[in-house]
Amino acid sequence: MAETFRAGAGEGDRGWAREGEGGRVREGLRAYRLITAMWIRSTMAYRASFVMNTLGNFAGTALDFVAIMLMFSQVDALGGYRLPEVAFLYGLSATAFGIADLALGSMDRLGRRVRDGTLDTLLVRPAPVLAQVAADRFGLRRLGRILQGLLILGYAVAALDLSWTPLKVLMVPMALLSGAAIFCAVFVAGAAFQFVALDASEVQNSFTYGGQTLLQYPPTVFARELVRGVTFVLPLAFVNWLPALYVLGRPYPLDLPLWVAFAPPLVGAGCCALAGLAWRAGLRSYRSTGS
Amino acid sequence: MGTGRLYAAVAAGGFRRYATYRMATAAGVFTNTVFGLILAYTYLALWDQRPHLGGYDQAQAVTFVWVSQGLLMTVAVLGGGFEDELIERIRTGDIAVDLYRPADLQLWWLASDLGRALFHLLGRGLLPLVFGALLFPLALPVSPLTWVAFLIAVLLGTLVSFAIRFVVALCAFWLLDGAGVSQLAVLTAIFCSGMLLPLNVFPGALGEVVRLLPWSALLQAPVDILLGTADPLPTYAFQALWAVLLLALGRLVQSAATRRVVVQGG
Repeated sequence: MAETFRAGAGEGDRGWAREGEGGRVREGLRAYRLITAMWIRSTMAYRASFVMNTLGNFAGTALDFVAIMLMFSQVDALGGYRLPEVAFLYGLSATAFGIADLALGSMDRLGRRVRDGTLDTLLVRPAPVLAQVAADRFGLRRLGRILQGLLILGYAVAALDLSWTPLKVLMVPMALLSGAAIFCAVFVAGAAFQFVALDASEVQNSFTYGGQTLLQYPPTVFARELVRGVTFVLPLAFVNWLPALYVLGRPYPLDLPLWVAFAPPLVGAGCCALAGLAWRAGLRSYRSTGS
Repeated sequence: MGTGRLYAAVAAGGFRRYATYRMATAAGVFTNTVFGLILAYTYLALWDQRPHLGGYDQAQAVTFVWVSQGLLMTVAVLGGGFEDELIERIRTGDIAVDLYRPADLQLWWLASDLGRALFHLLGRGLLPLVFGALLFPLALPVSPLTWVAFLIAVLLGTLVSFAIRFVVALCAFWLLDGAGVSQLAVLTAIFCSGMLLPLNVFPGALGEVVRLLPWSALLQAPVDILLGTADPLPTYAFQALWAVLLLALGRLVQSAATRRVVVQGG
C-alpha cells in the first residue's frame, strides 16, 4: 500500500518521504478533512433528513440519562453519589465519547469492508487507509450525542455545589479531550481487531458503547476487580472517573495517588500510540478476499 | 397442508440464515455479557438503596438483567430483523414481485422472523444467562413447568414484536424512506419494553401506562413469568390480545398498501 502511494505521489513524494512520520500524519488529516467535507456536503443535500437524524441521535443517546433519572426517581443516591454528581460523570463521558464517535464512529464498518472486498478500493487510493476508513460515511448527525452530553454536563455544573478553583475548571476540557483520545484509541484498536475477526463488530461495540455506559455510573457501584480492569488494563477510568473525582473532591477508587487525576493526557497519548501500532499490524496482516 | 410446509421451510431458512454468522453470534454473546455485567452492578446498587423496589429482591433484579440480555435479540427490541429488508424491498419496488407470490406477505415474514427468533434464543440467549448465573446469585426457577411457561410467553412476545415491526415497515409504502419511523419505533421499544429499567420500577402513572402498552409483552412479561412475579394465564391473555390486535392492524395496512402498488414495466 505504501508502494502504491509512492508511485502515485510522483514528484511530491520526495518531500513527503523526508518529512517522515509528521508528514504522514498531516497527509492523513488532509485526506480525512477532504472526505468528511464531501460527506457533510452530501448530508446537507437533504437538510430535513439531517435534522431528523440528528434529533434521533440526540433522543437515542438521551435514553441513557433517562434511565438514570428513572433510577433517581426512586432513590436519593446511587453508590453514594447524588444525581448532579452522576450527571457530571455522565456528561464528561458522554461528551468525550461523542467526540470520538463523531470522528471515528464509522470504523466499526471495517469488518464489513474486509468481507465484501471494498477495502481494496481504499488501499489503492493515494491517501492513508486509516484516514479513509475513519472518514468513510462521516455522520454529522452524531453531533446529537455531543450536544446531549454537553447539556447534561451543563446541568451538572449548575447543580453541583462546588468551590471551583482554576485547576478544577481546567480539568473539564482536559478530561473531555483526553477522554475523546482514549475512546478514539479504542475505536482504532477495535477496527484493527476486525482485520482478524471480520464478523465481530459487536466486540468493538461492547468496549465503546459498553465502556461509555460503565463510566456513566460512579466507580463505587462496581466490583473492585472490574474497576481495576478498567484502570490498569483498558484505562477507561482516565476518561472521566479520575479527573471527575478530583473535581468532586471524592476519594479515588483502589486508593490511587492524587496525581492520577492529571494523567489522562499522557494515558490518552499512550493509548493512541498503541492503537496505531495495532492498526499497522492489522493492516499488514490483511489479505484481500479477492472478490 | 402444502402451505404449512412452505412456512415451515421459510422459518427454517430464517434460522439457518442467522446460524451462518458464527463469529457475529459469538461477538453478540460477548456484548450481551458485558452489558449484563454493567447493568447487574448498577441494579445491585439501586436495590441496595431500595430493597424490594418494584416487588423484586436483589437476586430477582439481577436475574431480570441477565434474562432480558438473553432475550433482547429474540424479541428484537433493537430491531434489525426482517423489517430492514422489507423496507428496502418496498423502497426499491421488489415488493411487487413478493405480492405476486402464492404466499401471504405477512405470514411469509412472520415465519422467517420466528426462525430468526428461535436461532437467537439458542445462540444468544443461553450463554449470557449461564455467565450471569456463575457470577451472581440468580433467582432462577427449578420447576421445568415454569421454564415452559416462560417459553410460551417468549413466543407470544415475539409475535407482538413481529406485529409491531410489520406495521412499522409497511409505513415505508407511504413514507418511501423508512429510516425515521424505524428509529422512532426502536426508541419506543427500548423505553417501553423494560430494556432500560424494569417497568415496575417506573414511577407512578408512567409505570401504570407503560405496563399496559404492547411493548411490555416483549421483555417484562416473559421475565415476570420466569421470576414467578406474574401469573401465566392473565399474562398470556394480555400478550395474545396485543398480538391479535396488532396482527389485524398489519393486515389492514397490508391491504391498503398493496392497493397503492403500481407495477411498472421494463
